[in-house]
Amino acid sequence: MPGAEKHLRVTFLVAPAYLWLALTVFLPLAVMLFFSFLTAVPVGAREATLTLQHYVSFFTKKIYWYNALRSLELATYVTLACVVLGYPVAVILTRMITGRAREAIFLMIILPFWTNALVRTFSWTMVLRGPFDIIFTYPAIVIGLVHAYLPYAVLTIYVSLQAIDERLIEAARALGASKRQAFMRVMLPLSLPGVLAGVFLIFIPVTGSFMEPRILGGKDAIMLGPIIESQFTATFNWPLGAALSFMMLAIILLMLALGYPLLQRHMER
Amino acid sequence: MRFLGLTYLGAILAFLYLPIAIMMLMAFNQSPLYELPFTFDLVWFKALAGNERLLTAGWNSVWIALVSSAIATSIGTLAALGLARNEFTGKRFLQLMLFPPITIPWLIIGTAMLIFFFWTGVGRGLHAILLGHVALSLPYVIVVVGARLATHGPELEEAATSLGARPAQAFFRVTVPLLAPGIVAAGMFAFAVSFDQFIISYFLAAPGTSTLPVEIFTAIRKGFTPEINAISSIVIIISMSLVLVVSRFYRFGGER
Repeated sequence: MPGAEKHLRVTFLVAPAYLWLALTVFLPLAVMLFFSFLTAVPVGAREATLTLQHYVSFFTKKIYWYNALRSLELATYVTLACVVLGYPVAVILTRMITGRAREAIFLMIILPFWTNALVRTFSWTMVLRGPFDIIFTYPAIVIGLVHAYLPYAVLTIYVSLQAIDERLIEAARALGASKRQAFMRVMLPLSLPGVLAGVFLIFIPVTGSFMEPRILGGKDAIMLGPIIESQFTATFNWPLGAALSFMMLAIILLMLALGYPLLQRHMER
Repeated sequence: MRFLGLTYLGAILAFLYLPIAIMMLMAFNQSPLYELPFTFDLVWFKALAGNERLLTAGWNSVWIALVSSAIATSIGTLAALGLARNEFTGKRFLQLMLFPPITIPWLIIGTAMLIFFFWTGVGRGLHAILLGHVALSLPYVIVVVGARLATHGPELEEAATSLGARPAQAFFRVTVPLLAPGIVAAGMFAFAVSFDQFIISYFLAAPGTSTLPVEIFTAIRKGFTPEINAISSIVIIISMSLVLVVSRFYRFGGER
């Protein structure tokens, strides 16, 4: 096929999807970045000038930076809990269960993940108020989020465990490694890419969560996510909300930048 | 060891399903205050049948999911074909561009859409929600259809063409049937992404008209009744059946 014709055909194929993404995701992000430097929403006769005040507020006002740290703290707890609870599930699935049973249980674990997150969070209000009565507390938020993101951890770790050549573990055992050693020196290092992928997939959305804290957290819900939400739905300070959104994005990118070399090193092996 | 492992697996499954089961059970309990003992009653489903607000929101959710998945599946499949069957400069860039919509928290994307749609005059409402839902489903469609495309090379289409099929014939008689399971799975993924989407819809909904998850959230925050359990149970059943059907077409990771 001649180059120009091929070029035209590819453009025709990919243009609708990417135009759509550009107009509804990338351009809006760019406009929000612009808004984050404005003093007010430029609507009607209202004057709006450029300013850095919202970004300055983030670092100088405790309510913002402190609650950003609280969001990160929450994401750390939830991620840790998901990996610690999910790793054994993945091991059991790969090493103790086979065939159709494995397929069925695997599907059962990821099934809730594809159902409505809001409804699942709501379902915890039934359980946590009853005999335990920890609704509207910090642990309630953690439990709800672990419930929401545990399937991610199981999924990514399971995929990396499945890729491990069984003979490597057998070789370690044959050469005199104890079960514990074979796990610590062979299986765990080989599964780390899956663990890290799970960590990223959980840490990022939990940092940005606002619905779960709102429903389960009561007064403990005050974190960066809910604060950003209220700038858009309650106090209508959009430029501040935009700046806080970008600070959240910056924090997430920083985390990715710190974690990426780690991920890359393990991928190369 | 095996016993211990299976017990642990059972405990995790209980953790995943018990709250959902209790929530559903409470939809059939007579008490408006979720009180025990359990008395079976369909009163909350009857109340639901007369709740115009929730029913309208439910209908909105369904048609938005249908329309947005149809749009996302068609233009997403085209993009997957363009990306898979050709080498060109910028291809890697286009593939990378699929990640931000999936990885950036929906809170950030949702607020950005709100600002942009407001600023450009698109405004809030069901049309804005539809625009947003298509964007969220697109990367999933492109990835799922792309994965299906990667399982076979262009040889079959080439064979068809060399045997005298016109390009359109080769596309509809060879490529589409080969892709069909991927396209069906992608379409159902897209439906699920839209039907379950709360955050984007929450920011883009105009007062008074919204989708089911937004109405449920509002109701939860105002103080809910078992009616919310009833509608939530229906939502969960729909999503779960959908995923079970998808799983017949598409493997969720791992080898069969």
